Amino acid sequence: MLATALTAVLAATALSACGDSGSDPDTIRIQFKKSTDAKNKIFDREIEAVKKEFEEKFPGKKVELIPVQVPDEQYYTKVQQMLRSPKTAPDLVYEDTFLINSDIAAGLLTPLDDYLKDWKDWGQYVDTAKTAAQGQDGKTYGVPDGTDTRGLWYNKELFAEAGLPVDWQPKTWDDVLDAARTIKRELPDVIPLNVYTGKPAGEAASMQGFEMLLYGTGADPLYDPKSKKWVAGSQGFTDALDFVHTVYNDGLGPDPQDALDPNVGTKVGTEWLPEGKLAIDLDGSWMSNNWLETGPTPWPEWTEVLGQAAMPTQNGEAPGRVSMSGGWAWSIPAKANNPELAFEFMKVAQSRKNNTRLTIANGQIAVREDVAADPDYQAYVPGVEFFTGLVEDTHYRPALPVYPQVSTAIQEAMEQVTTGDASAEDAAKGYDEQLDSITDGEVVEK
Amino acid sequence: MVSKHTPAPAGPRDAAGAARVPGQAGGGRRRTGPSKHPQPPNSVLRALLRALPVGPSVVLMLLFLAGPIAYCVWIAFTDLQLSGQAESSFVGLENFRTAFGDEGFINAVWLTLVFTILSSIVGQNTLGLALASLMQRASKTVRTVTGAIVITAWVVPEVVAGFLLYAFFRREGTLNSVLDWLHLPSQNWLYTLPILAVSFANIWRGTAFSMLVYSAALSEIPKEITEAAEVDGAGGWRKLWHVTLPMIRRSIATNLMLNTLQTLSVFGLIWAMTRGGPGDRSQTLPLFMYEQAFKNNLLGYGTAVALLLLLVGALFSLVYMRMLRTEV
Repeated sequence: MLATALTAVLAATALSACGDSGSDPDTIRIQFKKSTDAKNKIFDREIEAVKKEFEEKFPGKKVELIPVQVPDEQYYTKVQQMLRSPKTAPDLVYEDTFLINSDIAAGLLTPLDDYLKDWKDWGQYVDTAKTAAQGQDGKTYGVPDGTDTRGLWYNKELFAEAGLPVDWQPKTWDDVLDAARTIKRELPDVIPLNVYTGKPAGEAASMQGFEMLLYGTGADPLYDPKSKKWVAGSQGFTDALDFVHTVYNDGLGPDPQDALDPNVGTKVGTEWLPEGKLAIDLDGSWMSNNWLETGPTPWPEWTEVLGQAAMPTQNGEAPGRVSMSGGWAWSIPAKANNPELAFEFMKVAQSRKNNTRLTIANGQIAVREDVAADPDYQAYVPGVEFFTGLVEDTHYRPALPVYPQVSTAIQEAMEQVTTGDASAEDAAKGYDEQLDSITDGEVVEK
Repeated sequence: MVSKHTPAPAGPRDAAGAARVPGQAGGGRRRTGPSKHPQPPNSVLRALLRALPVGPSVVLMLLFLAGPIAYCVWIAFTDLQLSGQAESSFVGLENFRTAFGDEGFINAVWLTLVFTILSSIVGQNTLGLALASLMQRASKTVRTVTGAIVITAWVVPEVVAGFLLYAFFRREGTLNSVLDWLHLPSQNWLYTLPILAVSFANIWRGTAFSMLVYSAALSEIPKEITEAAEVDGAGGWRKLWHVTLPMIRRSIATNLMLNTLQTLSVFGLIWAMTRGGPGDRSQTLPLFMYEQAFKNNLLGYGTAVALLLLLVGALFSLVYMRMLRTEV
């Protein structure tokens, strides 16, 4: 009994302590995700520097950092819980743009439009990046600090051997498939083209694989923001599935058994590409992290061997190329105690100088034009210029609360055409039915 | 992930434990005491005073064991999501209705039954008994070596075991190398027969437990009885069927119950080997539950599925309990 009473008293004091610091008008509380890798202190160091700079700029004001050192999924849950109560809600929170729409939908975040209006740096952000944390109401709820983009990585040595141009830029889907066919003919031992597919690959299949195709078939192919409904029965969807079908049924991709192995992503980065077993890979800007001296498979020659090309639209429609993006953003919770001061902190953290340092420290792609033009940034990893160029034409996922279920439905449809169990039409029909039940019929035919 | 996953399968065991611990032993003693020396007003007070030391543990138990379980039951009747929702509401039996109309759920129930019957009831149980009876007769060295190997498989953490068996079954894996060497056709077991592969993995990992239970049971059979059977002319099979098995009947039931509950909740092993795939061909209930609750964010639905899993465990337990009760 005594123990229980003691626990209760301790809990109460702990809670009231939280409340006190939360309501102090001179203190702002900043929540961010601390790397679970204890050796990785880069981000911590940068954020400490920002704190120091802020406290010097605003004498008498204090910053309380709340690092949360847990794996990604747990961080999301933790953030969700903290945002719900004014006692625990921080003044500024760092969140994956993938989840921000869920928090907007739940009314947990503050619209930033009034603040952004008076912040001249906002003009430096690339237009597509400004939509990274936009709610269904058209208001902006987060300032992205960096992103990632996606495109085609190809092996120049294999291309030369197969008689393909080493300076390659396909204009249409058919160009990509033609190059893969040439590789298959000339170099039968090489996997011509990797497109992530199926449930084992998870979100990589949806994002690096399917959506990189789908967003090349027309505007808003997955979700229609005007009617606020999910898109069903579109030709683009079937065509994208047909592309996957062609890759796996014409033997242009990895063996379906390998493609559906849960560890395929690791294989691509640490075996297939470095060992010259794969000619073209539809993948993300971060791939070179695998080949750093400190990475899992050091491969200094990759800068000579690998080239990058933008993923083309279906028939070369404007703007001619596609990319998908994610990344993290700073937001102010709806229950924050000092929103104005929090925005001031965000301005310091996102100043040109600090944003450059943070983007490099996180190994990300810049979303600000002045950062992208910074010589330090341009030199930090080879290929960064190419992937930064894609930001202009990139897309963010419609990360609404039901998106994870939509994504699973996409992966299932992909898997059916990969194994050859269903035609693209049938798999698309199956997706439409699932979409209907996931969204309670909130779909629009396109 | 793990913390959310464990409470449900652990439920029946915890409930049994909770029921046993608090008062029964002490209560029995108390009742016999006052009946000999009747002291009406004092006895109530004394009983209360005696119960006082147990109080905190009862409160803690209610708080930390019964509390989360009750909360789980409540969630299963709501539409609670992991994110994207300001508040959840009570939806009654909606989640359960959804489950029984969900192809994925039905598929998971079947696979769970296949997995449990194949790997726990047939595999671990039979193999454990076979190993135990062989070891009764084996020399001490053989016993020690076999015991060490089998128990090592048991001690290896679930996820590590999953990875080892992934390496064993995959296309470039050990099993196929051996088959190639024997000129037998090889295949990607994780792709063609995933539920069989994960069942085998569970047998590999869990047999040690059955072996230990049966070793203990067999060593307690009095020598005279087996010798008498031999004198009466019983052969090996008849001895096993008419003497050994009836004598260890209780151990069989206990072992089956523990094995089944353990197998029903296997997650890490299957996750590491196949992620429930390809497609959903090795997606047992725990993996289906994980997908709904943490990938699709449907916490309410996932918890409802967990409750149904609990029900499956309870059904199995009932069958075994009946076995326990019938005396030979």
